[in-house]
Amino acid sequence: MSASAVIRIIARRELAAYFESPVAYVFLVIFLLLAGFFTFTFGGFFERGEASLGAFFAWMPWLFLLLVPAVGMRLWSDERRLGTIELLLTLPVTTWQAILGKFLASWLFLVIALALTFPVVITVNVLGDPDNGVIACGYVGSVLLAGAYLALSCMTSALARSQVVSFIIAVMLCLILILVGFNPVTDLLARWASPSVVESVAGFSVLTHFDGLQNGVIDTRDVLYFLSVIAFALFTTDVIIRSHRAG
Amino acid sequence: MIKVENLSKAFGAKLAVDDVSFEVSKGEVVGFLGPNGAGKSTTMRMITGFIPPTCGKISVCGFNMLEDPIPGKRRIGYLPESAPSYQEMTVRSFLKFAAEIRGLRGEECRRAVQRAVETCFLESVYNQTIDTLSKGFRHRTCFAQAIIHDPEVLVMDEPTDGLDPNQKHEARTLIRRMGENKAIIFSTHILEEVEAVCTRAIIIDRGRIVANGTPQELKARSESGRLEDFFRAITLPDTAHAVKEAA
Ligand SMILES: Nc1ncnc2c1ncn2[C@@H]1O[C@H](COP(=O)(O)OP(=O)(O)O)[C@@H](O)[C@H]1O
Ligand SMILES: [Mg+2]
Repeated sequence: MSASAVIRIIARRELAAYFESPVAYVFLVIFLLLAGFFTFTFGGFFERGEASLGAFFAWMPWLFLLLVPAVGMRLWSDERRLGTIELLLTLPVTTWQAILGKFLASWLFLVIALALTFPVVITVNVLGDPDNGVIACGYVGSVLLAGAYLALSCMTSALARSQVVSFIIAVMLCLILILVGFNPVTDLLARWASPSVVESVAGFSVLTHFDGLQNGVIDTRDVLYFLSVIAFALFTTDVIIRSHRAG
Repeated sequence: MIKVENLSKAFGAKLAVDDVSFEVSKGEVVGFLGPNGAGKSTTMRMITGFIPPTCGKISVCGFNMLEDPIPGKRRIGYLPESAPSYQEMTVRSFLKFAAEIRGLRGEECRRAVQRAVETCFLESVYNQTIDTLSKGFRHRTCFAQAIIHDPEVLVMDEPTDGLDPNQKHEARTLIRRMGENKAIIFSTHILEEVEAVCTRAIIIDRGRIVANGTPQELKARSESGRLEDFFRAITLPDTAHAVKEAA
């Protein structure tokens, strides 16, 4: 059987597992409510007087900060806690196929959550005449951002048997990736460090790389950044799982 | 069909499996005996490719399990110690997943699931989610997963543990029947079970094989002619072990 077929079967099982528990629906409702709340209330959607989803996307790094680790925390910690990892990894699959299958399933779940925000897009199109290219670009950025957070959550869930611990570590890691490029922090850093240092530190931040995408610019370097974070985190997941198995 | 040569596994300083070699051929049902902590589960986890050995060789149906485990894994059915399964899935979807990941498709897949369901008497709970099942049914569901692809090699870690007397009887009958054209190794603490179903027994104590022969041969080696007396004579109770280690 081909690797892609194996990955697809694992991913399908994993995605079905989300929808077989009520947690998925609770998550979707919370995500949609918060996205709407942040956009229309905090974001000053109506006060801006422009037809764009700027406020909507600007909140994504913060909104995902709690929600994505919540989606990813069970990926491997549950497999270890319930012992199903022994079942999964003695099937004719490689560790990589299992990691990718599980990751892609939860990524797809987040893409579905993002897709369900379509009423916001309809709203701006009814109210005004937005640049839908910029909006599409913002969605691409959000999907990549979700993928990066999720890969880190996947990594921490391999680390800890407890979902809660895995969640907390993932939130902290993602928060660090936000803060190193968050203006109040970079301003503070600029008092001691040279601008080039501040800039290279900020280069590790999701905010720095999400900024262009959210404003309608697809820069290969930004896309590569997110893909590298995903690759790095999944690779580390593989190392962690192997080391658990080696004992 | 299973060939294990000089297999060892160290967890830190502790040698859980120590230079173990044995073979299991087609048509054999081998009982794997030993006190708790003797290294039975560790050996089985290495055979099925879940944990890598510290040193030694394993081949299943002629395929090297360490260099290229996938072909060997395809031919193994494995029932892990705690009979884990995905709790939120229904028996139907769980078995369908197991069949698909083993490469079974369409009609073939449907037939395999049906056969496993009939063999393991799962008709009455077919559409129930696994977390609502009693322990016996959960156990059988995991067992059904292990035989779904009609494997040449069957590895089972305490397959009758936690079953009621009727279920134990059914399981033994099933194992004996399947042993006619498969290579089966299973661990157990119940010595009558060995006499009832096994063509051979391997006794392991503190990681080393201390006896390997037919139940009749082993019984003959004890003065009373009872397997239990032989077992007790050649294995140390873990309390004695602890005293020895402390000394
Ligand atoms: N992952 C592990 N890490 C450390 N020690 C382990 C691990 N798994 C098993 N052991 C130790 O190896 C020994 C053999 O365990 P096991 O194979 O489970 O025994 P059995 O199945 O015969 O009861 C035990 O002393 C156990 O504590
Ligand atoms: Mg055991």
